[in-house]
Amino acid sequence: MAKRKLVHIKVNGRDHEAEIEPRVLLVHFIRDVIELTGTHVGCDTTNCGACTVLLDGRPVKSCTVFAVQAHGREIRTIEGLAANGRLHPLQEGFKEEHGLQCGFCTPGMIMSACALLEKNPHPSEEEIRWGISGNICRCTGYQNIVKAVQYAANKMA
Amino acid sequence: MIPQSFEYLCPETIPEAIALLQQHGDAAKILSGGQSLIPMMKVRLARPEYLIDINRIAGLQYIKEEDGFLKIGGLTREADLEASDLIRSRYPIILDTATLIADPQVRTMATIGGNLAHGDPANDHPATMLALGAEVVAVGPRGERIIAVTDFFLSVLTTALEQDEILTEIRVPAAVPGSGGAYFKLERKVGDFATVGVAAQITLDGAGVCRRAGIGLTNVGPTPIKAHRAEECLLGKPIDEEQIRQAAQLASEQAQPSSDLRGPAEYKSSMVKELTKRALARARERART
Repeated sequence: MAKRKLVHIKVNGRDHEAEIEPRVLLVHFIRDVIELTGTHVGCDTTNCGACTVLLDGRPVKSCTVFAVQAHGREIRTIEGLAANGRLHPLQEGFKEEHGLQCGFCTPGMIMSACALLEKNPHPSEEEIRWGISGNICRCTGYQNIVKAVQYAANKMA
Repeated sequence: MIPQSFEYLCPETIPEAIALLQQHGDAAKILSGGQSLIPMMKVRLARPEYLIDINRIAGLQYIKEEDGFLKIGGLTREADLEASDLIRSRYPIILDTATLIADPQVRTMATIGGNLAHGDPANDHPATMLALGAEVVAVGPRGERIIAVTDFFLSVLTTALEQDEILTEIRVPAAVPGSGGAYFKLERKVGDFATVGVAAQITLDGAGVCRRAGIGLTNVGPTPIKAHRAEECLLGKPIDEEQIRQAAQLASEQAQPSSDLRGPAEYKSSMVKELTKRALARARERART
């Protein structure tokens, strides 16, 4: 078996340390080691984006990153958005605008939208659609997802 | 899906990385962006015993003009290319290309060096670099050498890089007045690999006559294809509709597509023709401004 590596990764502001095999994917580190199961494994082939988290503020598909690559770095997951018991504007937007049905794509969708709004606080509709183009939703047809992101953009402005 | 077990090595310098490549030979692979390699490892098409992560090596992420070249560090992320004012203003063909690779999340990690070094004919930068007449810098135990992109792509997933070499830099001849280029990609959906992709880069002189033409084709052969007959037919002529039509026809004849889930070969060839027309028209538009 390969030599295990000791990793230090900050997750939603908290430091975590673990000894893991190098082949552990970041998504499995998040779900199985840190036990934050909001991040989902959807396609496992780098397509659907259900596994999207922020790595040093930038969106990545955590099924296509090894946890060891995140050593010494910071990740944010869906669990890290709500603050002091209050929903993040994006979470509120998805609630108000019915931006989800089954909810499976939603954490990844929100993390991509979060990265978008932090970089571009006033996106056009086209920029929103482009910003979430790495996330697939089978339920909604994206209309209400776009509205949810617009809601959040207005709230955060 | 879980990759086969491997040892993970994280060198801090290029010489260290090269020494590791020499030490482990074919059992080692470089990890750059990982957005081509990790999916292959997850289905065990790739089973390196040693993964050499070069992401912590300083000095490999840059975009600058120097000594008559646009120089891009191999570890430069697609997202960095998208955000670069230099690329947007002087090399829009590269912005076209980077923007059309996969999706925002993949572009955070994916590197231009990896996009070229992986040797997948479905990757997008190879055709653009063929059109631009670019070269790459390869560093190994025998020192540094320059490889013209026209000599770089040998066959599917095989490039001219030796097993113990690392692609550290891409060099594009600096933009000159009258030059313009564009990359067009036909895909089934956003984020897909190209059904067909065409890169066109031209230089017009003061009289609007074409002095240089480069046309590269994505995913219609075992390697990216330089449509040299299409290029030759443009030289010394003004790029009018008839010239564009002829070049597009010649480009489609040089394509060697396979029929697959993205479409029949004949369809792909005719799409090469259509995208070549669009790429040349946009290149001409940009060359004139």
